[in-house]
Amino acid sequence: MAEAATVLHQPLVHGEKSLAQVTAEITAPLEKRAGPLWWAAFVVSLGLLALGAAAIGYQIAVGVGTWGLNRTVGWAFDITNFVFWIGIGHAGTLISAILFLFRQRWRTSVNRAAEAMTIFAVICAGLFPIIHTGRPWFAYWMIPYPNTRGSLWVNFRSPLVWDFFAISTYFTISLMFWYVGLLPDIASVRDTTHNRWRRRLAALFSLGWNGSYRHWQRYEVVYLMLAGLGTPLVISVHSIVSMDFATAILPGWHTTIFPPYFVAGAIFSGMAMVLTLMLVARKVMRLEEYITLNHVEAMCKLVIATSGIVGLAYATEFFTALYSGNAYEEFVFFNRALGPLFWGYWTMVGCNVLVPQLLWFRAVRRSVPAVFAISILVNVGMWFERFIIIVTSLQRDFLPSNWFGYAPTKVEIATLVGTFGLFFTLFLLFCRFLPVIAMAEIKGVLKHGRPILEASDE
Amino acid sequence: MSRRLFIGVFEDEDDTLNAIRASRERGLKIVDVHGPYAFHGVEEAMGLPPSRLPWIVFLLGLAGAAFKVWFEFWTTAVDWPINVGGKPYNSWPAFVPVTFEVMVLCAGLAAVFSFLIVCRLYPGKRAVMPVAGVTNNRFAVIVEESDSTFDVAEMQRLFRGFHAVHMEEQIQAEKQ
Repeated sequence: MAEAATVLHQPLVHGEKSLAQVTAEITAPLEKRAGPLWWAAFVVSLGLLALGAAAIGYQIAVGVGTWGLNRTVGWAFDITNFVFWIGIGHAGTLISAILFLFRQRWRTSVNRAAEAMTIFAVICAGLFPIIHTGRPWFAYWMIPYPNTRGSLWVNFRSPLVWDFFAISTYFTISLMFWYVGLLPDIASVRDTTHNRWRRRLAALFSLGWNGSYRHWQRYEVVYLMLAGLGTPLVISVHSIVSMDFATAILPGWHTTIFPPYFVAGAIFSGMAMVLTLMLVARKVMRLEEYITLNHVEAMCKLVIATSGIVGLAYATEFFTALYSGNAYEEFVFFNRALGPLFWGYWTMVGCNVLVPQLLWFRAVRRSVPAVFAISILVNVGMWFERFIIIVTSLQRDFLPSNWFGYAPTKVEIATLVGTFGLFFTLFLLFCRFLPVIAMAEIKGVLKHGRPILEASDE
Repeated sequence: MSRRLFIGVFEDEDDTLNAIRASRERGLKIVDVHGPYAFHGVEEAMGLPPSRLPWIVFLLGLAGAAFKVWFEFWTTAVDWPINVGGKPYNSWPAFVPVTFEVMVLCAGLAAVFSFLIVCRLYPGKRAVMPVAGVTNNRFAVIVEESDSTFDVAEMQRLFRGFHAVHMEEQIQAEKQ
């Protein structure tokens, strides 16, 4: 028997696993009762969600006067949270679509969870444009429909309308991408589970999938199509979000660097969030052999790459402001670094540019506690990035007589906390009811990087 | 009309691929192959024609984009022109982002729905599988026993050579 070993690739999954073993191990958390850790996390998340729901209910009843906004700072926490959550979603599409197109086969261990994260993050983000209108029951006014107020249409020249189309398209495509990817795995659950109710539900949602290669052929085409459509969508969605700011004439917002800068920041924060979730999931659900340290390391490399882009963007903004000779532009940036919110600015620089530099060291990239801490700090930093961009530009604009400070109210803080509750509640439910790892894809890469055994003559 | 089928069950993708190729070389008709994941080369081995889904996606995406450009122009410049900050009514560059999004949306919806329609997949459909385990760990190659010259014993010998773990004959009442 001849044996040919490949030296170019490392196995993607640890241990010699059979196909049935993959199904059994990945669906194990679904078949077992939830442990105390899961319940603890779920109760806490549900509590935060309830707090957020109460805050949103209160602000809808009373009005957006419950927020700390004023005539100078007319956008603050709401848009910060919106941009933050949309950004979190982008890494999911990056992993599932862009890495798929680049034939990065290591993505198979993390793509399912990352796509779920995208959907939940976009749900959290979508809440903010709806509640910040103040009258959410009129949210359907954002849709161009023939109405009874004369032939009054939405203004297609407004970036806020572009945003509506971008977010709703992004959500729809992400949801379809996730669901189509889930089809073969739901069918596996249907055929292997011992629970009657799980089998019935899986039978309903697996749409009669039977593993026929006539279907697989079309499935692969559709998956490729959706990946191809999702990739420019990632770029367009956050570019459009950035145009909400860039089309304004406010110093600090009115810059052409915004679209690429926002996209890189989105992928940066999303990657950090994927790492945060995956590091917990692999431990709690005992998936260390599927989500290996090699996967963690690969994601860390993407974090450091995007951290570099974000750092370069910060420097470019400063340089452009100084080089432009525009007094207002210069002032905004000095105000960011040295003004009343200087601590927020330096938190942002510290967490987004300085801390990720530790990831240059292989030992740090392969240390789970270190990567976990860095990923959380990056998320904190990226939240502050949006906050600083939005609030410092508004806080001190052209006329000193306009200048005013801003501090969030309890309602705003509770709303932010509530979206984290919503996000984690949805994610925990996902972990209980669906396979966290794309089994059908993992089965296809089991042989990757392993010695090829050539059949001997019988 | 009923037809007789010969089914070979395999546990490895390479064995499956070799069994399909060997069957085709003998001029046998491959009715279908089932398995838990997609792997390279199986469509060519089965002789499936390339999918026409990309064309549907392309055409419906294009139609969506064309409709959206027209709709934006009609609402903004014809039906109810409103002067916003002195911008021209017919400001084409401002129509690009929404047109792009609608194109992607139409193309994506077209891809998924045409896939479900062509494969006849719908909620609650009962999955018809040749043998158990094809969504978990088994591959099934289904060959049609076309006429009386079909030699079951020879077929068994052939598939056993590719490490088949199970073989059986089935009678299919009507076309799936």
